This record gives sequence, structure tokens and C-alpha cells, in this order.
Amino acid sequence: MLPEGKEKGMSRVLKVAVIIPCCNEQDSILNLVNEIENTVFPAKYSIYPLVINDCSTDNTRDILISNHIAFIDLSVNLGIGGAVQAGFKYACQNDFDIAVQMDGDGQHPPGELEKVLQPIFNNQADVVIGSRYIVKQGFQSSALRRFGINYFKRLNKFLTGVEIHDSTSGYRAISKKTMEIVSDYYPDEYPEPESIVLYSLNNLVIKEVPVIMRERTGGQSSIRTYKTIYYMFKVTLGSIFLYIRLKLNGKRHFI
Amino acid sequence: MENVISYRLQIIAIVTALVFMFFIFRLVAKGKLREEYSFIWIVCTVLLLLFSIWRNGLDVIANLLGIYYAPSIIFLAAIFAIVIFLVHLSVVNSRQHKQIKDLTQEMALLKEKLDKKVTQE
Repeated sequence: MLPEGKEKGMSRVLKVAVIIPCCNEQDSILNLVNEIENTVFPAKYSIYPLVINDCSTDNTRDILISNHIAFIDLSVNLGIGGAVQAGFKYACQNDFDIAVQMDGDGQHPPGELEKVLQPIFNNQADVVIGSRYIVKQGFQSSALRRFGINYFKRLNKFLTGVEIHDSTSGYRAISKKTMEIVSDYYPDEYPEPESIVLYSLNNLVIKEVPVIMRERTGGQSSIRTYKTIYYMFKVTLGSIFLYIRLKLNGKRHFI
Repeated sequence: MENVISYRLQIIAIVTALVFMFFIFRLVAKGKLREEYSFIWIVCTVLLLLFSIWRNGLDVIANLLGIYYAPSIIFLAAIFAIVIFLVHLSVVNSRQHKQIKDLTQEMALLKEKLDKKVTQE
């Protein structure tokens, strides 16, 4: 780790919002927030966990209130994209320097947080993606999912020339500049692969860092087998149209 | 005899068109249908009425367009209109989707701000 004060902006403590989108995660959410709070981070980061309660129908909301966990309460279920975007908007409005997206099901260990923060701290990247596949360690997910990920890798490379190994990873950190862009537009459903197109066409620097993921402790993946075909179709269409929109308009211009 | 049947049909057609128009007007009056969406339905009923009254109208238009079987104009026009209208509705739907999302997020952020203020006081 670099000694403090060596680079510009280093003397300042960076405010980091850890955005946890959460829909019916009563079994894992409290553990996750506690784990974040018990993890020791370098003094240059001030970590602020923020749960986005996306209309949970279980006891999630009560758990959040009784444990005094900071959260944003969506009145209408927006799905992962809308929930995460709400968090990005919050981070942007409240002058956070970095926003990290972390899944509410405990798949993303808080111990790996520093790895995704470091490149932004060093001004090396605007978007950092925690990837399972650079170093094959920890939970690797199913064969079907890996097939999908491979497909998205090719699609992204074709559209933007950027090669991302784990484009479906939701463990991501974004800089202030990126926050402003995603506050404006962020894909709704299955936003992860599509947002890579958005980032690269906005000339943001994307960096992948290896992280070790765990198997989920509760809840369900937003990607289930019977939905895979729809998922691939939707993301392909979404990526292509996003590409066309950003390329042809020159400026961002959304419905 | 043939005339009687077609007159009967004509009366049914006119009555149906009038009932439909009344139904649309009632929806608008009750505030259940916005005026801008009622417009297309009113135009449709007017066309329906026009062709129920002007019995040769369909043949005249079919002749003008060189269509051999006159009733097929109805299917052609109707399907075309329906497709256009459905696309229009999808566009409206997409716009509302975005509006609802923005409102929900804004409300959630405001709720959080308010909560913070209340606990501070």
C-alpha cells in the first residue's frame, strides 16, 4: 500500500458508499452489514453501508430499522438496476467519492472491498469490477452461467473493444465522474453487462481486479435457469441498442 | 328480401357504432380515459358510422384503389390501425416506466432526507 500523502488527494479521507440492493434478504442482510462494520479498513476510507430496500415483503425492513442500518426505501419494486441507480443517485447527491455495489446475499465478501477501491483511490480507473475469473479461486458458479459470461465477454469486446472477464459481476466500485453518468441513465434489468457498454462508450477507464467470491448465503440469484434465454436476449438487445444510441447521437439522449 | 336483410344489418351496424361512441364518451366524462387517447376511438367510431350509413362507400373506395374484394379493405385498414396504435401504446408504456422509476427513486431519497432531519431534531 502507498504511504499516505504521497499522491494528490491522499491526505483527504475518501467517502465510500457501499450500496447494497436488497429484496427479501432477511437471512443475510444483518450479517453482511455487521461484517462490513467489523472489517478494518485503512484510515483513508470512510465506509458508509447503505441498503436499498427494494420493496421487500419479508422482515428485511424491520431488521434494518431495529438495527439502525442506513437504508433507502423504494415504494415500488424497481428491480436490481433501478435499486442500484437509486443508491448511485444518493451517493452522487451526498458527495461521496466512491460508490461500491455489493450484493445483499453475502456473495461479495467485505474483506475484498479494499481491492476494488484501490484503483479508484490511485486514480487508475473510473470503474473497477471485482472478477471471479482472473484468478480462479473461490465460488465459480454454474457451467451455464459461465457460458453466458463467455458470450457477454465476446459481445462486449465486439461492441467496445474492451475485454471484461466477469461482466456479470455485481461487485463494482465507481468514481464520482461515473456516478454522474449513471445517475442520468442506468439499465433497468440485468444492468451489469450492459453498463459496461455504457462505461466504455463514455470513455471511462474500466479495470478488473481479482476477488474471491462466496456462495450465496440466502436469497436467489436474479438469473435463474429458465430465465437464461430471456436474459441473454435482453442483454444482447440492450447492449446493441445502447451502443447505437450512444454512437449515433454523440450525446446521451434517453427516453 | 335481400334488401330487408341488408337494412337490418345496416341498422345493427349504426346502433353498434353509436353504442360504442356512447361508451367512449362515458369513459372520458368519468375521467377514466384521457381525451388524447379517446381521440383515436372517436375517429374510429365516426368512420364506422360513416360506412354504416354510406353503404356503397366501401365499393367506391375499393374501386378507387383497385381492390377486387371490397371487404378486405376493412381488414387491411383495421390491422394497420391496430398495429400502429399498439406501438403507440408501447411507447407510452415505456415512457411511464421511466417516469415511475424516477419518481420512486426521488421519493426514496426524499424519505431518507426527511428521516434524517426528524431524527436530528
